[in-house]
Amino acid sequence: MLRDITIGQYYPTGSVIHKLDPRVKLAGTFLFIISIFTFKNYPGYIVSLIYLGMVIFISKVPLKHILKGIKPIIFLMVFTAVIHLFFTSGDDILFEFYAVKITYAGLKKAVFIIVRLLFLITGSAIMTYTTTPNQLTEGIEKAFGPLNKAHIPVHEFALMMSIALRFIPILMEEADKIIKAQSSRGADFEEGNIIKRISGIVSILIPLLVSAMERAKDLALAMDARCYHGGEGRTKMKPLRYTAKDYISYGIILVYMVTSVAAGRFI
Amino acid sequence: MAIVIKDLNYIYGAGTVFEKQGLKDINLTIEDGEFIGIIGRTGSGKSTLIQHLNGLNVPASGTILYNGEDIYKKGYSKKKLRSKVGLVFQYPEYQLFETTVLSDVRFGPKNIGMSAEEADRSAKEALSMVGIHEDMYNASPFELSGGEKRRAAIAGVLAMKPEVLVLDEPTAGLDPKGKNEILELIDKLHKNDGVTIVLVSHSMEDVAKYAERIAVINDGEIFACGTPREIFSRYKELEKIGLSAPQTVYLLNELKSIGYDVDTGIITPDEAVKEILMHTAQTAYTEGI
Repeated sequence: MLRDITIGQYYPTGSVIHKLDPRVKLAGTFLFIISIFTFKNYPGYIVSLIYLGMVIFISKVPLKHILKGIKPIIFLMVFTAVIHLFFTSGDDILFEFYAVKITYAGLKKAVFIIVRLLFLITGSAIMTYTTTPNQLTEGIEKAFGPLNKAHIPVHEFALMMSIALRFIPILMEEADKIIKAQSSRGADFEEGNIIKRISGIVSILIPLLVSAMERAKDLALAMDARCYHGGEGRTKMKPLRYTAKDYISYGIILVYMVTSVAAGRFI
Repeated sequence: MAIVIKDLNYIYGAGTVFEKQGLKDINLTIEDGEFIGIIGRTGSGKSTLIQHLNGLNVPASGTILYNGEDIYKKGYSKKKLRSKVGLVFQYPEYQLFETTVLSDVRFGPKNIGMSAEEADRSAKEALSMVGIHEDMYNASPFELSGGEKRRAAIAGVLAMKPEVLVLDEPTAGLDPKGKNEILELIDKLHKNDGVTIVLVSHSMEDVAKYAERIAVINDGEIFACGTPREIFSRYKELEKIGLSAPQTVYLLNELKSIGYDVDTGIITPDEAVKEILMHTAQTAYTEGI
């Protein structure tokens, strides 16, 4: 049941995109998101769509898998679109029925919001589909490295993030096991009256919390036993280094930014 | 006929890149009142299989009949099934959550619809069965020692008064004393109360000592099924799939290979000692010493 959530889960295919430096993918995703918020008109979205389609194609992640990941947020998209559709004022009235008024501006906004959310989510999902959480945090650590000079503990933040990410699947598995164990004891999560359902949920949360604490304690001890003392003076076995394909990708991102923003704002 | 497993197939992560066949065409009948051991190396599918017995896992194809009824049929009450087929998970102490030991053990019986008094009585019975003293009833389950936690968790399932008790490595991580106590408890339940036992274990000695029948699972398939004598006489095949036979089997086979005519089908230490003593007495007698 918990395994059905596919959005953002690493999907190994070994494509060029998978092998890119995580910093390139981070920058690309970030710029892509910025670009779609600068557009004032359709042509920009068309350029975005072409690029997004190309990236998906190169990444070899099946489109079906990506669409499946979007499913859970369809409701959110439709909801926002409907609000924009009905509550945007404008002069070009397309349809009027007592208090209900649909304007051309509202329709345009609703379509834009759907497209924006869709691009936003698929764009960032592509990054997580093609980058393991560890690569991602390493990329973030390296990209924000200069902030260290301003006494911001970048390494520690990156470590916290990678620990948190690392523990998601472990805790999911644990939750799955506890759910099964408590179901075996007749616990109710879906049927029965509210008190029974709450006691069913409590019977999962408490063991899960206890085991998470235990794991945190063990991890802290294990890190201490290996003389971990923070990021200072720490070297990497495989430091991130840009290669030719990363520079080419930066070039492509730059071309994309120029063409899409030009198309979105000036055509 | 208690449980009939029919052509059961199970697939992990169906429809994703991580898809993997977990169980393949499993056919197994567990008779009423029998003690069956399930052995197999780590990842062979033992736990996956037993999680089907009370309907937690849903097979890709095939089914399970409990007392002749299909448990995956629409409308079949899973809750009722779970009150009849008790499942003790691996490291069950991780499911303790209530404020006191007694109320934790009462959780199961209450869920399956026992009245407050009934649940109370059943919980106390189960706790005394596993050897947890009355003084500890009101302690927090998190204050207990490792062995006590394990026993309290097992009591939580026993209090539901199951007809079939399925245990997934109930002795993993316990010291020899704790291990024996739990195995003796299981044996007692089987012999005195006629509870059907399905015991999953890594320890060949344990299944050899207690089980009446053994099913060997390898890579999601039933490799062999039979009495402990039959199974362990094939110890060379077991070794090939990463298992072994009890030490006594090796000892008796070794003795036979150097010329002593002992019964190599013996699997428990007690019987082996008897056999060896008898054999030496016989030799002493015939050689006139």
